[in-house]
Amino acid sequence: MSKRDSDGSGHNPARRQALSCLASWTGAAVVWTVAGGVPHALGATGSGTPAAAAPNALTFVQISDTHIGFRKQANPDVVGSLRRAIAEINALPQAPAFVVHTGDVSHLSKPEEFGQARELLQELRVDRVHTVPGEHDTIDEGVTGYLKHFDHDGNGKAWYSFDQAGVHFIGLNNVLNFKAGTLAALGDEQLAWMKGDLARVSSSTPVVVLGHIPLWTIWERWGWGTADSAQAMALLRPFGSVTVLNGHIHQVLQKVEGNIALHTAMSLAYPLPTPGEAGIGEPGPVTVPAGELGKLLGTRQLTLVRGSHQLALIDRPLVV
Amino acid sequence: MNDALRNAALWCRACAVAALALCAALAMPAVFATAAGPAPTAEVKIAKFEYGPKEITIAPGTKVVWTNADETPHTVTSNDKSFASKGLDTDDKFEHVFSKEGDFGYICTVHPFMTGVVHVHKQ
Repeated sequence: MSKRDSDGSGHNPARRQALSCLASWTGAAVVWTVAGGVPHALGATGSGTPAAAAPNALTFVQISDTHIGFRKQANPDVVGSLRRAIAEINALPQAPAFVVHTGDVSHLSKPEEFGQARELLQELRVDRVHTVPGEHDTIDEGVTGYLKHFDHDGNGKAWYSFDQAGVHFIGLNNVLNFKAGTLAALGDEQLAWMKGDLARVSSSTPVVVLGHIPLWTIWERWGWGTADSAQAMALLRPFGSVTVLNGHIHQVLQKVEGNIALHTAMSLAYPLPTPGEAGIGEPGPVTVPAGELGKLLGTRQLTLVRGSHQLALIDRPLVV
Repeated sequence: MNDALRNAALWCRACAVAALALCAALAMPAVFATAAGPAPTAEVKIAKFEYGPKEITIAPGTKVVWTNADETPHTVTSNDKSFASKGLDTDDKFEHVFSKEGDFGYICTVHPFMTGVVHVHKQ
């Protein structure tokens, strides 16, 4: 630790330790309520079953990092893992309005991987699946290959917004626009679009932002951050309730900044190490003993109660 | 000239004849190999999200072969767009022959924090 802490990266070791603790929660279902941007733990449910949602609540599910096409030891059956998650989502007592996928749909951006992922996601019994691209979805030709299968609104962009049940949703692409040796970024064009999009939204409207890479810098050395996230956060700060949902790091972390709550999600493919984990210097797939993998993969159910600005999150591993 | 010197002189002449014969035997194939044989090769291994070595110095005409040893895909993409691999899965290779002198920085477009440089200079 001490060697890494003195490497001049500017990373705060105390914060990293706190993040490591947060990451250790991934083995249990934890129910959170976010009111005014401050989360309060309501307690873990033994079976992972959510409390009954209010009738006027909007419920949706976040999945992430399916990496269709990955076949290595850390998870030789990512299709099976996704199918299990789909079965669990389809069996939820209250059907979600839609599912969001926060990126790395595919592993190698191959057309057949996108095609297979799209077919699998159609097994979800929901009206829509909203996706954002991960860096694994933009490998050879930027977002072009991804958009052939996942162009949300037909605009030829990987960013979009929509409104549902009084909530404003924004999907972002924060995996490109990088310079050599830097973090990926949203870029000026997307930030200008975001500014114009939010100008139409009242500050009392709850906002939910989807983006693959965390919109705060968790561990710069591994690319776990967005170069221009401060500009996006400045655009979101005037709003009374903002929830940012990210993937990329294959583990659950939370951060609250004023009225903005940021959450990363588990993967449905394989675990990644905790930032700064002793003896692991790179963010590569982690192979765990048989029977342990399902505890480190999972889905997230979110419920927003209309008019209350309350948001309940349940991170549920595939094996409870 | 005493016997020792005579023997030494004969030995040297024998060596020279043998050397000439050897040259005659190898000269044509050697030239042929230079003209059409494989370029000198340098290897870069991609492992643990790093190019190893991160910087290499080679002579013009050298072929550099990158091999991805990670379970995560990487690319080899030059900053000046003069060369670019596809996404390299585990054990996939990418090669490029550097004919011009210069310093060629490159990155992995999947993980742009990964950087490397190929220095091409006459040696």
